[in-house]
Amino acid sequence: MKTDTFTSSPFPSFGKKSSGDSIVNGVDLSVNFAGIKAPNPFWLASAPPTDKAYNVVRAYEAGWGGVVWKTLGEEPAAVNVSSRYSAHYGKNREVIGFNNIELITDRSLEINLQEITQVKKDWPDRALIVSIMVPCNEEAWAYILPLVEATGADGIELNLGCPHGMPERGMGAAVGQDPDLIEKVTYWCKKHYSKPVIVKLTPNITDIRVGAQAALRGGADAVSLINTINSITSIDLDAMAAKPTVGHQSTHGGYCGSAVKPIAMNMVAEIARDPATPTLPISGIGGISSWRDAAEFIALGSGSVQVCTAAMLNGFRIVEEMKDGLSRWMADKGYDSIEAFSRKAIPHTTDWKHLDINFKTIAQIDQDLCIECGRCYIACEDTSHQSIAKLTEQDGARRYEVIEDECVGCNLCQITCPVENCITMVPQETGQPFLAWDNDPRNPFQVAS
Amino acid sequence: MTNPLDYLPSAKEVGTYDPQALVNNFSDLHPPLTDRQAIIESQRCLYCYDAPCVEACPSDIDVPSFIRQISDSNINGAAETILKANILGGSCARVCPTEILCERSCVRNHDAECQPVLIGLLQRHATDNMQFEQHPFTRAASTGQHIAVVGAGPAGLSCAHRLAMFGHQVTIFEAEQKPGGLNEYGIARYKMTDDFAHKEVAFLLEIGGIDIQYGQRLGSNLALSTLRQQYDSVFIGLGLGASRALGLTGEEAPGLMPAVEYIKTLRQATDLGSLPVSKRCIVIGAGNTAIDMATQMSRLGATEVTLVYRRGLEAMSATDHEQEIAKANGVRIVTWAQPDEIMLDTQGRVAGMRFAKTVEQAGRLMPTGETFELAAEAIFKAIGQGFDDTSLSDATAAELDRDGERIHVDEMFRTSLPNVYAGGDCVQAGQDLTVQAVQHGKLAAHAIHQALAAKQEAA
Repeated sequence: MKTDTFTSSPFPSFGKKSSGDSIVNGVDLSVNFAGIKAPNPFWLASAPPTDKAYNVVRAYEAGWGGVVWKTLGEEPAAVNVSSRYSAHYGKNREVIGFNNIELITDRSLEINLQEITQVKKDWPDRALIVSIMVPCNEEAWAYILPLVEATGADGIELNLGCPHGMPERGMGAAVGQDPDLIEKVTYWCKKHYSKPVIVKLTPNITDIRVGAQAALRGGADAVSLINTINSITSIDLDAMAAKPTVGHQSTHGGYCGSAVKPIAMNMVAEIARDPATPTLPISGIGGISSWRDAAEFIALGSGSVQVCTAAMLNGFRIVEEMKDGLSRWMADKGYDSIEAFSRKAIPHTTDWKHLDINFKTIAQIDQDLCIECGRCYIACEDTSHQSIAKLTEQDGARRYEVIEDECVGCNLCQITCPVENCITMVPQETGQPFLAWDNDPRNPFQVAS
Repeated sequence: MTNPLDYLPSAKEVGTYDPQALVNNFSDLHPPLTDRQAIIESQRCLYCYDAPCVEACPSDIDVPSFIRQISDSNINGAAETILKANILGGSCARVCPTEILCERSCVRNHDAECQPVLIGLLQRHATDNMQFEQHPFTRAASTGQHIAVVGAGPAGLSCAHRLAMFGHQVTIFEAEQKPGGLNEYGIARYKMTDDFAHKEVAFLLEIGGIDIQYGQRLGSNLALSTLRQQYDSVFIGLGLGASRALGLTGEEAPGLMPAVEYIKTLRQATDLGSLPVSKRCIVIGAGNTAIDMATQMSRLGATEVTLVYRRGLEAMSATDHEQEIAKANGVRIVTWAQPDEIMLDTQGRVAGMRFAKTVEQAGRLMPTGETFELAAEAIFKAIGQGFDDTSLSDATAAELDRDGERIHVDEMFRTSLPNVYAGGDCVQAGQDLTVQAVQHGKLAAHAIHQALAAKQEAA
């Protein structure tokens, strides 16, 4: 028997926000991303959670603003192996990173297209984007695009980033790693499809900006990133094989989850502040698990965010906390729309050479909060600048003091301290003017200021 | 031996007897951590530098290191880290008053959680779950030296194991029929279950080179002078075999006995139901033995157990944690009262005790003049231990310099007699802890080894 938590309650709307309502806690969360409208910026990324109508409808019922349908390919459908995921665990068994070797959809194109058509018809206010990957020739794209267009979906996302299996067949990352192919495929899509085209970029390259620039040259309406990163999460030291283990073997998979967030945010920022792609809309992807993660991606230039691992680990219900948290924070800060704080961190993100070489910050230890664990001391003593002194009080208590003249403000002590706010980094008044390395007389390639 | 109480009913005959419930009453007081619990708890350790817990450990166990090994699922590594500092780490994990040692000094007490890392239970996890194909410590090449150890308690065993590691041959002379000392005979049954003391000694002896002779009692069939002649060195780890007397008339009356004697019988009993139990009993004392006695009596079926101490709660040597165990078992603790008279019935058996209320004046304990009486069929004295008369009667042992009644040793654990060393409860005043005894034995072994090596070099 199919049960539905959202409609079977005798009090269906009591205390529960209408899941499609864009106004949450008095704040408008709606977005218009490259022409695609959604009641909120939280979309599910193309992945197992968006494989079929059943999951997608549950996601919409839970309140997700949009969904990127798991990648469609040409017939016959892909065949998947058994044993598909593995994790990089923290010591408390929390999943730090997640790895998969699953391919694109293994369901028939016909069924997928039928379901997409019906779902879009039933949920007109939600974003529905179709991920596509077909071989790198125009005929293949010219064949599938009209079929997708007929479903009424809001746009397409080109899967040019799948790092496992598909590249061996000349698709996925094999395209995404070649800027000329990105441009060409994007061009074909714009030629054979009238709605927005989002190009999903692979991080398995040296400079993410090259791929984004190629997509823009091909006519892309937006980019989304990052796709997964080539990974091996762990080796079973008895079987001497990586996980997930298929029989006696394994292969590298695609890495995602919290661990990739810092990598993804840098790549999003690189594109957002690239003068060659200044207005290219970005759908941010990579380890987003909370409203704060989403806010950070948006501050770095994302117009929407896509989530997968957090939903796979917790279920679709997490979107409720994400929307609630984001909207409360926005209300608190006075941001009345996503647009209002989008890109806000970009002006403060720059190249190293533009940083103020005269800025000085040093560590300060709050002795009342210190629990005397000595972690800051040994970290600084062994691996940094020997700028924490280990003293003993008369009663035998330990006391750690910053040697201010030696401290370079590296933050290591603050990072290793287990007590929140015990060590703070305090900016110092140096009386020196702002000086970028570009203009520093110590720089042999100094630029006159 | 519970002869003084043998006229009392047995545990079977007191109240509603349920054999399984009785067994359960004496199962593990603090159940061990599961693997998962141990991993989670190990994550709480901050891996402090110059960690306060290590400073607090009388046996110098590298606590952050073994906990980190547990968190890496390296149980054998963790166990070896513990055992190389304290070969009786398994029993110490059970009986150490961690709440006043390592866990009290844990920096996490000052952290937001205000809860120390459960160091004792983690130590137990490592030592309970270690799996060595062969003994983890090896013997150095034989030195040809033979050392006599008097007493197979924690001090003697620890000394013997370390001496064996150095390549010496060791013979231990033990008065009882089993090794382990207080671990075997003197600790509450629910603190050391499943014959753990015996298993631990068996593990310790796997190193080889250690021979134990039982039924050898100093002053009776064993002479210190002979040991000095026949062995290259002697280590004395006698413990304190005699219970202090109350010094009252009627001390020999049926119904009154030393707590340690009862606990010894309880620890060895195969059928708890056969132990004599008095429904109403009194325990005199303030240490862990008094707590162990009172709590076990209560668990055996006594309904009115009163622990009486002449000073206040804060002066009790039993820790707060121990006091809580007693209270949780229905033991009533009465303070500021000292024994005044043993009350006897018409047959000359214990019928109760009269107590004199006390007060402290200028640091001295004084009777207030008020008295009260408690009715009881049994009285257990747990007011401290001393040397028993037989070991004192050994002519050579009687010559040893003393600190009070205990044997005097210097910082190298040397007694006043050349080549004779001592450690454990028989030397150290204050907290007579298993972990302290283990440390004494270990350090004495180092001192003995150094002295013998120096002598060999000089020869």
